[in-house]
Amino acid sequence: MNALHDGWIDIGRIDDIPRQGARVIAAPGGNIAVFRTVDDEVFALADRCPHRGGPLSQGIVHGRRVACPLHDWRIQLDTGQAVAPDEGCVARYPVLVENGVVRLRLVPHDACPNP
Amino acid sequence: MSKPKLVVVGNGMAGMRTVEELLKLAPDLYDITVFGDEPHPNYNRILLSPVLAGEQTLEGIVLNSREWYAERGITLHTGSPVVRIDRVRRCVETADGRLAHYDRLLIATGSRPFLLPVPGKDLAGVTGFRDIADVEAMLAAAARYRHAVVIGGGLLGLEAANGLQRRGMEVTVVHIAPWLLERQLDEPAARLLQQNLEAKGLKFLLETQTEALIGSASGRVRAVRFKDGSEVPADLVVMAVGIRPNTALAEAAGLCCNRGIVVDDTLQTVTDPRIYAVGECVNHRGVAYGLVAPLFEQAKVAANHLARFGIGRYRGSMTATKLKVTGIDLFSAGNFMGGEGYEEIVFRDAGRGSYKKLVLKDERLAGAVLYGDTLDGAWYFELMRDGTDVSAFRDRLMFGRQHLGDSGHGDDKTQVLALPDTAEICGCNGVCKGSIVAAIREKKLFTLEEVRAHTKASSSCGSCTGLVEALLAATAGGDYSTAPSKKPLCPCTELTHDEVRAAIVAQGLKSISETQRFLDWKTPDGCPKCRPALNYYLLCAWPGEYVDDAQSRFINERAHGNIQKDGTFSVVPRMWGGLTNPRELRAIADVAEKFRVAEIKITGGQRIDLFGVKKEDLPAVWRELSAAGFVSGHAYGKALRTVKTCVGSQWCRFGTQDSTGLGVKLEQATWGSWMPHKFKMAVSGCPRNCAEATIKDLGVVCVESGYEIHVGGNGGIKVRVTDLLCHVKTEAEVIEYASAFIQLYREEAHYLERTAPWVERVGLAHIKARVVEDADSRRTLAERFRRSQETAQTDPWQTRAQGAERHEFAPLAMLV
Repeated sequence: MNALHDGWIDIGRIDDIPRQGARVIAAPGGNIAVFRTVDDEVFALADRCPHRGGPLSQGIVHGRRVACPLHDWRIQLDTGQAVAPDEGCVARYPVLVENGVVRLRLVPHDACPNP
Repeated sequence: MSKPKLVVVGNGMAGMRTVEELLKLAPDLYDITVFGDEPHPNYNRILLSPVLAGEQTLEGIVLNSREWYAERGITLHTGSPVVRIDRVRRCVETADGRLAHYDRLLIATGSRPFLLPVPGKDLAGVTGFRDIADVEAMLAAAARYRHAVVIGGGLLGLEAANGLQRRGMEVTVVHIAPWLLERQLDEPAARLLQQNLEAKGLKFLLETQTEALIGSASGRVRAVRFKDGSEVPADLVVMAVGIRPNTALAEAAGLCCNRGIVVDDTLQTVTDPRIYAVGECVNHRGVAYGLVAPLFEQAKVAANHLARFGIGRYRGSMTATKLKVTGIDLFSAGNFMGGEGYEEIVFRDAGRGSYKKLVLKDERLAGAVLYGDTLDGAWYFELMRDGTDVSAFRDRLMFGRQHLGDSGHGDDKTQVLALPDTAEICGCNGVCKGSIVAAIREKKLFTLEEVRAHTKASSSCGSCTGLVEALLAATAGGDYSTAPSKKPLCPCTELTHDEVRAAIVAQGLKSISETQRFLDWKTPDGCPKCRPALNYYLLCAWPGEYVDDAQSRFINERAHGNIQKDGTFSVVPRMWGGLTNPRELRAIADVAEKFRVAEIKITGGQRIDLFGVKKEDLPAVWRELSAAGFVSGHAYGKALRTVKTCVGSQWCRFGTQDSTGLGVKLEQATWGSWMPHKFKMAVSGCPRNCAEATIKDLGVVCVESGYEIHVGGNGGIKVRVTDLLCHVKTEAEVIEYASAFIQLYREEAHYLERTAPWVERVGLAHIKARVVEDADSRRTLAERFRRSQETAQTDPWQTRAQGAERHEFAPLAMLV
C-alpha cells in the first residue's frame, strides 16, 4: 500500500469499499471520501459537504449521487457539484481502479474552489 | 446529426411547463419551436385577476422572458397562431404561412371563454376574461366608462367583477343559478360571500337570464336585456359563463376530441402517438381540468415520455378551489353538497363572517367548504386524498389542525398573510416569511415541493407546511394544494407505500433490487427516501430471512450511534426501565474517561448519553460497555427506544402496581425491534402519571384494578395525547396487547410515520378491532412479533465490538 508512482497512491482494493457506499482516506489536507456506486464506478471527493461540512462519506449513495447525512444536501459524485437548487461544490480527486486496486492522487481537480 | 424536432403549439403555462420539465430531463434532445397566439412570452394566467384589480403588474406575471427562450436555443414565434396540422407530412402551418416540421408535436392550446349565443354578442365592449388582451380591453373600458355587467357568477366572473369595481366601475353580476359559485359553494357559504361582496359595492342579479345585448348607434354595447324584459345599462360586458377546451385545430387534424383532446395516461393523443396534448385543451379519463396543478402534473408525465424515459403515468388529480379576491377567503373541494348516506358537520359564525361545512361518508371526509378561515383547507384536502378515518378526532375536526400553536411557531393566531416579512415561518431552518415570498416570486415556484427545495421551509419537521401553503397560495395564486389522487412513496415510483408493501408480500420479493426491478423503479438504485423504506418493509415482511442492507440505512442505523454536527457520534447504552446501579455507573464513568468523552448528559428517556465519540473508537467503546453487561439503547434508530418508568408500588406511597418492574419486562420483550419510526413507551404507577405515559407511542397507566393501555401519543412536533386502547388485569396481558399493537404498527404504518399520525389515519376503531376485540387476531399479531424478535434481539454493539462490519468504522487508508 501507499506505493508512490507519478503521485498515484494505492489506497486499497475496490472490494474493500461497499457497493453503494464509501470509505474514508485520512489525508494530510483532511479526509477524502472514496465512493463506489452500484455500477462499481469509483469517485473521490473531499469529505466535507459545502453546506455545513458534514462528512459525505457517511451519506447514502444512490446513482451517481450522495446525500449528506447532516441536512440531506445531494452532491453529484462525478462533478462535485451540489444538486440544484442547492449551490456549492466539493473538491474532486483523481481516482482510478486497476486490477481491482484503487489509486488516488492527493492533488484535487481545480474546478472547485473548496479544498 | 440533426436533432429530432419538437413543435409546441401553445405558449401558455401547460405547454411551457412541459418544455421546462423536458429540459430538466434531456436538455439537448430536441430542436424546440414554440408557437403562441398571443404576442407575449409565457405568463402566469392565474394572476390576471390581480393584474385587473391593480395588485400585480403585467411585467410581474411573466414566467419565461424572451431571453429565457433564446438562452435555451428555443425558437419562439409569438402572435403566430397555428392554423393547420398536417399529420401526413408531419408539419404545422401558421396564419402567416410559416411551416414547421415536427417529429413530436405538443398541443397545449388551452381553452376559450364560452360566449353566450345571444344577439349583440359581437358588439364592441363585449369581452371574455382569458388573456392579456381581454384585461387590456377591460382596463381601457374602466378608464372611460362607468357601467360594467359581468355575466356569470363563477370564480372567473367574480374575480373580473372585483377587479373592475376596484378600477372604479359600477359592476353588476348577472347569474343564472340561485346562488353564486354554485359549483364550489353551498348556499349558506355563497350568501356570506354575496354579503361580503355587496359590502364592497358589487350588485347581484341572481336567477336572471340574459336575452340580448343592446348596442348604441356607435356599435358599442349600451345595455343588457333580460328574459323578464328588464334592462341594466352596460358600457362593458364581460362574459364569464364558462370555458371550452380549444380543440378546433386538433379536430381539423382528425384527432379524437370529446370535450377536449382525448389523451391516454401518457398524455399522448389516442389518435396519433407522435402527438401529445397537455393542459386545459385535454380530456383525460373523461375529465378536462381548468386548474393549474393538474396541468403541471400532466406536464411532468408528458416531459418524461418526450425525454424517452417512458415511465410516468398520469392518473388524474383531485382538485380544490380558491377565489382570488383580496380579503375573501374561500376553499372548497370534493363532494361538499352531501346527499343520501352523507353526514354534515357545520359551523357558522355570521358575525365573524366564518362558515365551515365538512361532509363525511363512512367516517371519512368526502368534501369541505370553508369561508372566512381557510388555513386548514390543505389539511382537509389531505384527509380526503388519503381517505383518513376521522372517527377518532371527529369532535375536533372542525377546528382544524391548528398549525399555529405548534412548537416552533409561537401561539400567535394571527393569519399568516397578516404577519410581517420578518416573521419566522419555519422554526427548524430559520426561514422567515419575506424569504419564502421572495423565492416564490423570483424563482416562479408553484408547488410545496419547489418551495421546500429552494427555501428549505417546511422541509425538516414539516409542522409549518400549512403556513407555507398559505403563502404559496397568496403569492403564486392558484390551486397550490391540488395533489395527485394518490401519493407515491418517493419520486422513484408511482406506487404508494401500501402498494409497495402489498407487492413485497404477495410477490415474495426478497431484496431491494428485486423489488425495484419487479415494480419498475424509475431510478437504477433508488434514492435516500425509498431505500430505507424498502429495507424496513422487507425486514418486517421476512424476519430472520431478509439480509439487512446496511447501505440502505441512514448513517445512524449503520453506525449504531447518533451522528452529531461535527461528525462524531453519541453513545446511549440501554438502561432497562431507567434502572441502574453503581457497577454500571462506574463502567460508564471508566469508558467516558478512557475515551475522553466530551460531554455526558441524562437523556429525556432516563438514560445516559456520551457525546463526542469518534467513529473509529465506537467498537472499542462498545467492547467495554458490553463487558459491563450493556447492550445498545437504539437511541439512534427507527426502533424501540426506551421504556420510561416511575418508581411505582415498590417505593411510592401512591403506587398501585410495580410500574418499574413492568417497564423492565416490556423493554426486555420489545428491545431490538425495528419500527416504521422511533417508538417510545412508558409505565406510570398510578394516574398521577409521573412517567408521562399519555404522550408516548404506547403508555401504561397502572390502576388498582390493573392496567390501562394507551396508544398513539406524542410529545414532539405536535403534542398528541394518547387514546385509551383498553384496560387489562395482568402484566402478561399488558405484554400481549403491547406486542400485538406494536406488530400491527410495524405491519401497517408507512415508513417514517409515527404512531400518532398512523392512529389518526387508520382510526382507533380499526386498531381496537385487531388488538382488543378479536382475541385470535391479537394472539396471532403478538406471536408474529415474538417470532420476529427471536432474530432481532442480537446486540449490534456486541457483534461489532467483536469485529463485525469492521470496514464501517476504520479508514480505508491512513496517509497521515
